[in-house]
Amino acid sequence: MSKTEVQLDRRKSPFYPRQAELDRLNQWHEWKGYRSADGFWEMDLEYFAQRNSAGVFDLTPMTKYRITGPDALDYLNRLVTRDMTKIKPGRVAYAVWCDDEGQVIDDGTIFHLNEGEYRLCSQERHMSWLQAAAIGMDVRIIDETEDICGLAVQGPTSFSILKNMGLHGVETLKPFDLMALNFHGAELMISRTGFTGDLGYELWISPDSALHLWDTLFEAGKLHHIRAIGTHALELARIEAGFIAAYIDFLPANVTVRSGRSRSPLELGLGWLVDFEKPNFNGRRALIEEKKRGSTWRLVKLDIEGNKEAHHSYIYDNKKGGENIGFITSAAWSPVCKQNIALGTVRTPHGKVGDKLYVEIYYQLEMHWSRVMAQATVVSKPFWDPPRKRVTPPASN
Amino acid sequence: MSDNYDAIIIGAGHNGLVCAAMLGRAGRKVLVVEANDQVGGAAITREFTEGYSVSACAHLLYQLQPAVKKELGLKLDVAAENMATVALSAEGQHLRIQNDRVAGVSEEDAGSYRAFHKRMTRFADLFNTFLNKTPPRLAKDASRSDMLTLVQLGFDIRRLGRTEMQELLRLIGMNIRDEVVERFASPKLRGAISLDAVLGTHLGPRSPNTVLTYLYRLAGAKGQISQPVGGMGAVSELLAKSARHYGVVIRTGMPVKKIVIDGGRVGGVETNSGETFSAPLVVSNADPKSTIMCLVGVKNVETGFTRRIHHIRSNGNAAKLHLALDRLPKIEGIEDHEYANRFVIAPDEGYVERAFNYAKYGESSVKPILEISFPSVSDKSMAPPGKHVMSAIVQYAPSKLRGGWTEDSKSDFLQVVMGTLSEFMPNIESCVLASELLTSADFEKQLHMTGGHWHHGELALDQFLFTRPVGGAQQYAMPVDGLYLCGAGAHPGGGVSGAAGRNAARAILKAEK
Ligand SMILES: Cc1cc2nc3c(=O)[nH]c(=O)nc-3n(C[C@H](O)[C@H](O)[C@H](O)COP(=O)(O)OP(=O)(O)OC[C@H]3O[C@@H](n4cnc5c(N)ncnc54)[C@H](O)[C@@H]3O)c2cc1C
Repeated sequence: MSKTEVQLDRRKSPFYPRQAELDRLNQWHEWKGYRSADGFWEMDLEYFAQRNSAGVFDLTPMTKYRITGPDALDYLNRLVTRDMTKIKPGRVAYAVWCDDEGQVIDDGTIFHLNEGEYRLCSQERHMSWLQAAAIGMDVRIIDETEDICGLAVQGPTSFSILKNMGLHGVETLKPFDLMALNFHGAELMISRTGFTGDLGYELWISPDSALHLWDTLFEAGKLHHIRAIGTHALELARIEAGFIAAYIDFLPANVTVRSGRSRSPLELGLGWLVDFEKPNFNGRRALIEEKKRGSTWRLVKLDIEGNKEAHHSYIYDNKKGGENIGFITSAAWSPVCKQNIALGTVRTPHGKVGDKLYVEIYYQLEMHWSRVMAQATVVSKPFWDPPRKRVTPPASN
Repeated sequence: MSDNYDAIIIGAGHNGLVCAAMLGRAGRKVLVVEANDQVGGAAITREFTEGYSVSACAHLLYQLQPAVKKELGLKLDVAAENMATVALSAEGQHLRIQNDRVAGVSEEDAGSYRAFHKRMTRFADLFNTFLNKTPPRLAKDASRSDMLTLVQLGFDIRRLGRTEMQELLRLIGMNIRDEVVERFASPKLRGAISLDAVLGTHLGPRSPNTVLTYLYRLAGAKGQISQPVGGMGAVSELLAKSARHYGVVIRTGMPVKKIVIDGGRVGGVETNSGETFSAPLVVSNADPKSTIMCLVGVKNVETGFTRRIHHIRSNGNAAKLHLALDRLPKIEGIEDHEYANRFVIAPDEGYVERAFNYAKYGESSVKPILEISFPSVSDKSMAPPGKHVMSAIVQYAPSKLRGGWTEDSKSDFLQVVMGTLSEFMPNIESCVLASELLTSADFEKQLHMTGGHWHHGELALDQFLFTRPVGGAQQYAMPVDGLYLCGAGAHPGGGVSGAAGRNAARAILKAEK
């Protein structure tokens, strides 16, 4: 066996040398084979950097597929539930894809780079499914995860920082726009996208230029309180934004074993991404049936009384308990909203906007466990949804 | 087109014709569109050289479902009925097998064969009721009738009695070689049964579920073989006549280019020449792979389904040899009147397995197995007076031959086959006036069947019953509204039986209610 084969260390992102310098916590986890940081210096402050100035999150382990060829558009249009003909070059689409039973395999973003040339980004790996979807079609699918590294720069000062870097044209980027420009001889792609529900951008570049990008970015952000952040801070922001995550709020359909453990996009509140006008897409027939029959589950955003985080709680429709109607999948105390928030799954017909539900929260104080039945109101809007997220050009901060 | 049809059937194979006739009989206005100039698909009779005709693909009739005959009132003239099988021996020590009798073996083998045949036909009869039904759906949306069918299946198996039920369950996934080796001492008997189990498959006697394929062959007519007057084409002509009688319009020489699909529903078909015909129902007699991958197009179906269709195994191995003969060849120990029988060359089960070995690696057998008949002996219309024709199925000649089927590889294989024949019919070469060898690659081209496969897709446990053609789409209806399959690739499988065509028609009529 060769040396490299026995090497147990995880793959390092091209940004790792800089991250290592900043790292005071030494808390890492595995993300698709990469070393990914929980946090670098102080997780709560990392979160606040993201909400009050700018947080930089390393997106490199995101799975990236380049999809090209004469059938690329038809291919994607059959793959995902939304209408891809509406996504012009220079635009990014958030999308979900389903199996034939209309159950969600994953969600992700599709970047329309140039006419007929796409990049699909997702948390999970999907080559087998993407290849199956390519049977009989003229498309090329290349896993370019390692060829492109990425940084998410999110927060109110993110725009000013990019402007400071001299990235001309960022001011014109509307949400879900993308542009490519020359960054000291390398192609830098910038998209106004992110996982925080706030003003923010994602920067994509080849690994050779990674450190140069990092240095330039942090230099330009010095006076704008730029900070490297880890997954912990991002996770809190993602719940505030009301975004769902695979393996947390739903299980990819291809990994579930028991029937009824996967979810349809309708059940995950993603009905707006399903275009039934399209003549065919994976899951269409099953979803039409589901629409007729009614869904089993509903994903809810909950505003919960009190300040005890509702991790893993059962949900009931009355204070006395009785039969539970669902469970919490993501929960947090939101510092910016000053709200006790959660995402959960309930059985229909429960969980309509405005419904008052109850969550059974167990919490521990100095080893002793207590339990409360806290009222939870079903809300429709993301918990954190500042207007600056949409304004173009963004204000300089 | 001004004509409006209730249903369009793509392909006038015998199953397409059965389906058309049944729908016509139920009052539907049906159009059949066939690529070839002749109806019948793989069940056709053709003059292969001037004055000499043969059943150009399938040649012996042993599976035509009684229900098809009865419901369509078919009156078929047969030239030879309940033909015996002669298992040839180079030394003239042939076996003669007919019904439950076998001559030329020990007393003990003869007794074992009687018992074996009785059990197998009993299982095949049970089996047959399921070949004539839409397979039940096992998914959570299974209907009441799905459950009933399933319960019926369980009940019928249970009714065999405890010992026989255990025997059936033991045998069903087993290979035929283990079974024949355990039961019989005679190598030729073992060989002949092995041949019956593997004909038309990409399996050898040691491959799993070759007992299943053997039972499949016995289903319908208990293994009794006949030869229709005028060859297999006559069966198709009769079916076409029946269909026309019920108002079905049959258009030949019209390859369908694609199935028109709009908003997830079929609208009709478009032919190669650009003509379109519309109907709310399209029923395909083409094999599942070409139906979905070519006629429907993957853009119109979903990924999981496409993947399953794409992975259907359909490697054809059966070639046909047609010989125009100046006279009947000499076979040591065979009397003149016996030439009306069926002959097999499969001297023992190991020979059959070795013949298959080549196919595993994309080569044709060096010592092939053969199923032979001389149709002109019982049916004078097949050859000029005093002359004869021979029709033989030859295995294995894989559709995906390494290096491909070229003129050279074909003539090499022809030599191999003639060489094998000569061992049993020493003067055969001198009798031959003309010959034609067709491989599965030819059948793929001529008959538009993927891989030239006998069953339009391997008949194996994982492509059978609940999973034929593929899981989740086993009930003739395909996942495009208004699209059905009615050919050999659907349940139950191939052979000139009409079961798939009849079941499909019944499923279509049931769905309308
Ligand atoms: C070499 C060989 C020997 C065999 N021997 C026997 C035997 O002795 N006894 C027996 O019982 N069985 C035998 N079989 C099996 C049997 O012939 C088949 O299983 C059976 O005939 C299949 O019938 P079908 O109607 O389902 O399909 P087919 O007979 O294949 O008919 C399909 C029809 O659809 C048409 N079609 C396909 N695509 C299009 C299109 N795009 N547009 C228009 N038309 C189209 C084809 O031209 C064809 O006419 C043999 C098979 C082979 C290959």
